[in-house]
Amino acid sequence: MDLIKPEFGLLIWQTIIFLMIIFVLGKYAWKPILSGLKDREDSIASALGEAEKARSEMQKLTSDNQKLLDEARSEREKILKAAQKTADELREEAKAKATTEVNKMLDDARKVIESEKQTAITAIKEQVAILSVEVAGKILRRELDNKDRQQLLAADIIRELKLN
Amino acid sequence: MHFFSRNIVKISFILVLLFNISSLAYAGGGDKKDEKFNPGEMIMHHIKDSHEWHLITLGETHVAIPLPIILYTNNGLDVFFSHDLFSAKKGEHKEEHKESGHKEGEHKEEEKKDAHHEFQVLERGKNVYHFSHDKITMADGTPVWDFSITKNVASLLISVVLLIIVFTSIAKAYKKNAGKAPKGMQSFFEPLIVFVRDEIAHKNIGQNADRYVPYLLTVFFFIWFNNMLGLIPGGANATGNIAVTLVLAFFTFIITLFSAKSTYWKHIFAPHVPIPLMIILIPIEFIGIFTKPFSLMVRLFANIMAGHVIILSLISLIFIFGAMSAVSIYGVAPLSIAFSTAMMGLEMFVAILQAYVFTMLTSMYIGQAVEEPHHEEAHH
Repeated sequence: MDLIKPEFGLLIWQTIIFLMIIFVLGKYAWKPILSGLKDREDSIASALGEAEKARSEMQKLTSDNQKLLDEARSEREKILKAAQKTADELREEAKAKATTEVNKMLDDARKVIESEKQTAITAIKEQVAILSVEVAGKILRRELDNKDRQQLLAADIIRELKLN
Repeated sequence: MHFFSRNIVKISFILVLLFNISSLAYAGGGDKKDEKFNPGEMIMHHIKDSHEWHLITLGETHVAIPLPIILYTNNGLDVFFSHDLFSAKKGEHKEEHKESGHKEGEHKEEEKKDAHHEFQVLERGKNVYHFSHDKITMADGTPVWDFSITKNVASLLISVVLLIIVFTSIAKAYKKNAGKAPKGMQSFFEPLIVFVRDEIAHKNIGQNADRYVPYLLTVFFFIWFNNMLGLIPGGANATGNIAVTLVLAFFTFIITLFSAKSTYWKHIFAPHVPIPLMIILIPIEFIGIFTKPFSLMVRLFANIMAGHVIILSLISLIFIFGAMSAVSIYGVAPLSIAFSTAMMGLEMFVAILQAYVFTMLTSMYIGQAVEEPHHEEAHH
């Protein structure tokens, strides 16, 4: 049958045409296409890898940051605590100092007051003595301004003296 | 690209309709010549190679693209156009035999006349050609080598031009959009290229697959483009021609043989089986070397040819029934057009399927040939 008998001319032409297309497409089409595809796939793969790396780096950075923050926080707490302690100590000291000062001042004041009081009392005593003498003098004078009374008194004293 | 994908159904439908119309026109043309419509002859005319590109016959007007005829005879190279051949005067067997003094043809000649065989005679310089049923012979019986650009060769050349235009422009696109997303035609073909590279070549061949990827891509797109060109109304049946598929299979055969490693030959000539089995197995494996490419050749040829035959047969039904009675045309024609439209859709699928099957099997054969020894030992 003609249908399954290959024509010689067509065989030759097909061989030439097919060989030509293999070489032409191989050189001018498949080579740039396949290398372009490969380049793109490689660049996508490397971009993905880089993104992954960047993400892990970022994660590391954030964790570092967190650690730093934590450290800073604890440091701050420590500093605050120390400051608090120092302040407390200072306050206590000041308080103690003030108390002793006040006590000392109070003592001094008390001493001064005491001495002043003594002085005053002494002065008052003197005054009182003077006044008393004056009053006694006045009273004596008033009591003994007439002879009768003087005699009465003299009599009393004598009596008393006799009694004794 | 967007346009193409959106309108693919419409485009294919128009293609199918055009194809049907052209078939009708041809068959109709045959009818007008007052000859009985012969579906077998019409179908054979369509699926066989021809020295001219027949497009349509309207009434008595024969519309065809003339193709160059290239003949190598004892008198040297002779190149002319097919128009001369087809419009040459009709020859008569008896006169020719008397002139050339052939006596042996008496019986054969009777047969030929009965079978309605006619031939044409073309005289060019010293050469006298006989042209009968698209075969060129010398009147004096000397050998003639026919290297004509036939319809199939022309179609193959068109496909080659198309392939080069399409894929070099895609290659340019890869250079232009280097590292960027594909655009236009590039994005239509890229999945196919990647599919051939990854799913066909790398999966079946393995390690050195990259070396065979260009060949596999060429085979895939060459077959697909030619299958599709064959489906275009008026197109040639190139991949449904055994010479074309023979060359394709032969290339695969040669590549398989030349890339075959020791494992491959050991597997054939020294299989790890008992000696009595070897007697059976070695011839089978040896024949297998040849049956593999042979099956490639026959599969592609038969699939594509059969598709054409089925569509043409369905179209022929209209004329067969039409010859019986004019009324039956109205019953048969819509049905037959519906069936052939469906077949046409199926054939478009077969066009890419057969390209895939051929490429897939080629890569499997190459894969078997380049198999590494360690794998083989583990296997047995």
